[in-house]
Amino acid sequence: MGIVSPGFTGRRSGSDLPPGQYLTRDFPVLSAGPTPRILPEHWEFSITTETGEVHKWDWQAFLQLPSEEITRDIHCVTRWSKLQSEWKGVSLDTLFADVETGADFVMAHSYGGYTTNLPLEDLLDGQAWIAYEFEGEPLGAEHGGPARLLVPHLYFWKSAKWVRGLALSDSDDLGFWESAGYHEYGDPWKEQRYAGD
Amino acid sequence: MERTAVRRRLTWQAGTVTEIREETATARTIVLDLPDWPGHLAGQHLDVRLTAPDGYRASRSYSIASAWTGTTVELTVEQVPDGEVSSYLVGVLGVGDQLEVRGPVGGWFVWRPESTGPIQLIGGGSGVVPLMAMLRQHAHASSTAPARLLYSVRRATSVIYREDLKTLAASDDVDLTFVYTREAPPGEPRVGRIDAELLAAKAFAPSDELTTYVCGPTPFVETVADLLVAAGHDPARVRTERFGPTGGPR
Ligand SMILES: Cc1cc2nc3c(=O)[nH]c(=O)nc-3n(C[C@H](O)[C@H](O)[C@H](O)COP(=O)(O)OP(=O)(O)OC[C@H]3O[C@@H](n4cnc5c(N)ncnc54)[C@H](O)[C@@H]3O)c2cc1C
Repeated sequence: MGIVSPGFTGRRSGSDLPPGQYLTRDFPVLSAGPTPRILPEHWEFSITTETGEVHKWDWQAFLQLPSEEITRDIHCVTRWSKLQSEWKGVSLDTLFADVETGADFVMAHSYGGYTTNLPLEDLLDGQAWIAYEFEGEPLGAEHGGPARLLVPHLYFWKSAKWVRGLALSDSDDLGFWESAGYHEYGDPWKEQRYAGD
Repeated sequence: MERTAVRRRLTWQAGTVTEIREETATARTIVLDLPDWPGHLAGQHLDVRLTAPDGYRASRSYSIASAWTGTTVELTVEQVPDGEVSSYLVGVLGVGDQLEVRGPVGGWFVWRPESTGPIQLIGGGSGVVPLMAMLRQHAHASSTAPARLLYSVRRATSVIYREDLKTLAASDDVDLTFVYTREAPPGEPRVGRIDAELLAAKAFAPSDELTTYVCGPTPFVETVADLLVAAGHDPARVRTERFGPTGGPR
């Protein structure tokens, strides 16, 4: 049984949010260090399979791929949620079309050294994108531009900013925040914030 | 599985408020006695959970302000206008009340007392809280690691931990600089934000041993971190914590 705080009424949002989340209209920033400033002409994205095969796109090639408009709720582990955020990006189904793999796990790598781990099945079937526009504008550097991973059904630290590659692996390794005490999977609806939740 | 074995589950625990210290007109330090506290590193935070009589709950993260010395944990909370949780913690919570917390959390924005390299701490407003924990841990461990704090505040009355900082600044190991953004006290000519010139004059120069910790509102952290990188600091040696949630311009 929890402790009741007399005199605490709280502000109820009324929206259907995952447990422990509250609504914001801002777009907060969570990062562990300075914001990397990557020029699109220096940007490259790659998928590396467990056998070492590399699939690579530069900015030009990436923009030639079919893009999608994506409207999704996003949930940050620091407890804000943003409803119906609008993105444009390339589906990972498109990027994985020619990738042959039997691996189950993915480590996303970012410019600046950030990493986060995800199961491959959470990135396919219309669940994840490499996004490069937010609400009609090029994605700003502080929010992960020129392009970030977008996996809206997991806590937002899984949507790696400044993404530069995905590495497939047979072993389930931990990424940056996951090694620092955060949950390895991060389902907001199950409130998987910290390790063991 | 070895990997999960070291990942201890964080459970909610009840603490008792043993003391409250008013730090400024809008910020107070809450001293908690937590009998089950597992210990923490300077810079880590915990989650506070409030439960209304009808069962409604709200939680927020708060940095730990104290060094780990036992079962006492201090938090410092700045009241945010209309803030759901901070208004309660600053305006309603009293000595003797119980509070539920869970932690410690965070393994990156931390300082370990066994590290010997210089540390540069740069805080804006309540962003000073985890930096104060580092300075307290530094003093508690009698660390000789050179330490500097650049602390950006609106005016002299906005300074949190005024007395403690004065004591720390009197020691040879810690160098303290206030930056007044709105109004400076008599004898302090400079009013304005942290800029490249100020960093060059007051902060440690880039080096391979230095670790820099920057904490505060998002726009403050963005600006300072960018200035540090432009001044030649290795981005991998600059650790940031953003108290958000107010983001800068997109
Ligand atoms: C890792 C971490 C550590 C933190 N440590 C501390 C700490 O040591 N001391 C502390 O006082 N706070 C700290 N915070 C911030 C704290 O978690 C809450 O966000 C803050 O207390 C506001 O919560 P609230 O419920 O009162 O406001 P809410 O009801 O969530 O927000 C009310 C309004 O205020 C705005 N707002 C919310 N927070 C801020 C803010 N920090 N600055 C400006 N505007 C804001 C919101 O956008 C909203 O419009 C920390 C946050 C994180 C993520």
